[in-house]
Amino acid sequence: MTEIAISAEGLGKRYHLGRDQDPYGRLSEVLSGVFRAPFRKGAPRPDTNEFWALRDVAFDIPQGAAMGVIGRNGAGKSTLLKILSRITWPTTGSATLHGRIASLLEVGTGFHPELSGTENVYLSGAVLGMHHAEIRRKFDEIVEFSGIDTKFLDTPVKRYSSGMQVRLGFAVAAHLESEILLIDEVLAVGDIEFQKRCLGKMDEVTNSGRTILFVSHQLPMIASLCDHCMLMEGGRVVASGQTSEVIHRYESGGATNAASIDFPNDDNRPGDAVASLLSAWVEGANGERRFEYSLMEPVRIRVKYRLHKAQRVTPQPNLHVTDNGGNYVFVTSPHDWGDDLARTPGDYVATVEIPAHFLNDGMYAAGVALNHFEMGLQTAFFERAALTFNIVDRIAENELRAQSRWGGRIPGVVRPLFEWRVEEEAR
Amino acid sequence: MSSARAAPVVIRPSSGWIGLGAGELWRHRDLAYFLVWRDLKVRYKQTAFGAAWAILQPVLLMLVFSAFLGRIEGIGASGIPYPLFALSGLVPWTLFSQSLTSASNSLVNSQNLIAKVYFPRLLLPLSAVASHIIDFLIAAAVLLVAILLFGRVPPLTFLWVPLLGMCAVVVALAVGLWLAAINVRYRDVKYAIPFLIQLWLFASPVAYSSDLVPRQLRAIFALNPMTGVIEAFRWVTVGGAKPDATILVSAAATLVILVGGFAYFRRVERSFADTI
Repeated sequence: MTEIAISAEGLGKRYHLGRDQDPYGRLSEVLSGVFRAPFRKGAPRPDTNEFWALRDVAFDIPQGAAMGVIGRNGAGKSTLLKILSRITWPTTGSATLHGRIASLLEVGTGFHPELSGTENVYLSGAVLGMHHAEIRRKFDEIVEFSGIDTKFLDTPVKRYSSGMQVRLGFAVAAHLESEILLIDEVLAVGDIEFQKRCLGKMDEVTNSGRTILFVSHQLPMIASLCDHCMLMEGGRVVASGQTSEVIHRYESGGATNAASIDFPNDDNRPGDAVASLLSAWVEGANGERRFEYSLMEPVRIRVKYRLHKAQRVTPQPNLHVTDNGGNYVFVTSPHDWGDDLARTPGDYVATVEIPAHFLNDGMYAAGVALNHFEMGLQTAFFERAALTFNIVDRIAENELRAQSRWGGRIPGVVRPLFEWRVEEEAR
Repeated sequence: MSSARAAPVVIRPSSGWIGLGAGELWRHRDLAYFLVWRDLKVRYKQTAFGAAWAILQPVLLMLVFSAFLGRIEGIGASGIPYPLFALSGLVPWTLFSQSLTSASNSLVNSQNLIAKVYFPRLLLPLSAVASHIIDFLIAAAVLLVAILLFGRVPPLTFLWVPLLGMCAVVVALAVGLWLAAINVRYRDVKYAIPFLIQLWLFASPVAYSSDLVPRQLRAIFALNPMTGVIEAFRWVTVGGAKPDATILVSAAATLVILVGGFAYFRRVERSFADTI
């Protein structure tokens, strides 16, 4: 029987908006409130600003499992991780963790810009819970993993590039010897090559029997790392099980699936004074919104935005497609647009079609952005990895595959259909 | 993979008053060491004078005090040159005021750590006060030199200096625990501290002898924990009046503030990450 590493029961976390949350509360307000209270008429007002960031969350994670946590922003993923990391405390329920816990909610936690690389490795290691001797033992390994030239180790990290800082920070964290590792969205930073090394390290961690809880909204990354996954919505766990099934459920969850994003209210729309994002979605050639597409059919991505101010140059939408390792597949934006197009205030829908037989099977994320040029190049909005869609290769239906007689996955990011010619060479 | 399973960590809602968590503090002693080491390293790296600041501050204040207050009849103690009198008050005072400032701002200055990693939060004020001890020892050495320059022989009781330094640190910690915790919620504290320290300086027998305090105010005066520390420090270093029973009042006051400070800190500790 496998042992349970993390179990949670009825976990809940309540915040009082505008009260406890006010970061710079003033003493005088509280004092005057105390003195005024007896003179206030009627019953005390009920606290309408209560907000449950987490509610009735229960789960068991067996030892050695890699569990993903997905959900929209504000679904409670980070709050859950903060509670399990003992940074903040639950209002209700309890959680039990068996084993040494390390949490990585940020890369380079505890770094001090004035201190050198070497000094920061020790400091950050201590902050993350490593003992002095442990850090000393792993020091060379950490530096090697970070890929930072040893001649920079005595330089203050404030002179490091941000990439170097991230690499050094992750390298320290990757060498934590804990039985439970809690990770929040930290791999979204750093360059591709380093991200890959981190993913490899994390695979190694899971294979060594340690337990990982991994929060991310990069679904492809979750899919490649975690065998099990929880879906959170409004502070509750709404689905839990095999990663592919949970992701599929998330995708097909109607108005709030990841194959479409929608900002119905004015107040939370991404955008600036010139334009803002209303919605974006993925659809098939017939206009049907789906998450899954055959690689033999085209995939359309549509972005609806509102232009608030008249523009002299047409604002330019663009699409950033990445694969499940976070690698960029391509960026595309319209060219040869009519100069008088989409320049007056109003709502517009931009559509781009990724042709059939272009992307290979796999999960992809698409970021949507809009640039405008009135005051130089500016970005009205850029929602990274906002949409997710899956391309599947239904081998049975694919005549081209039937001919090739190869039943496995064909590697590559793209799967183009090129013209081939075979001619007999005269001897 | 460790074969033996350690006791599980159980997370549940905070239930009122909790203990000191000494075991947890001990397990994080390496972090405490690194936090002190970081404070010292950064302080000396970023300043041009480095450790000289430890000497400059009390010595300059001593010069100012001597120039303006030293001539007032009866301000010091008979038989002690006024500069020595002032310096013997300023050395523990500087330790106290710096430790108090650091402790009070320790949580707010480490917002990022509090929001991103778990460790006993008490380590922050504890390491903040600890980092001033080295400066204090340097300043005490300067006092020793000053005593010799005035042609006096340092008494054997000078050996009590480290212990009295610890007393000053404990007073600073006692008050600092309260202020640090309140500072998380109300940033007013940050602005009030310099003012508080200024007032406190005038309310402590640093520049003047406590003999000047009117008899009817003595009891209140003794409630100031620094009164006892400064008088005792002066007595063991440059001599003069032996502290009377007021030192017990000072000690009792410190103990009350300290225990209350720990309790309050531990009670509100769990909300730091949500409020900071």
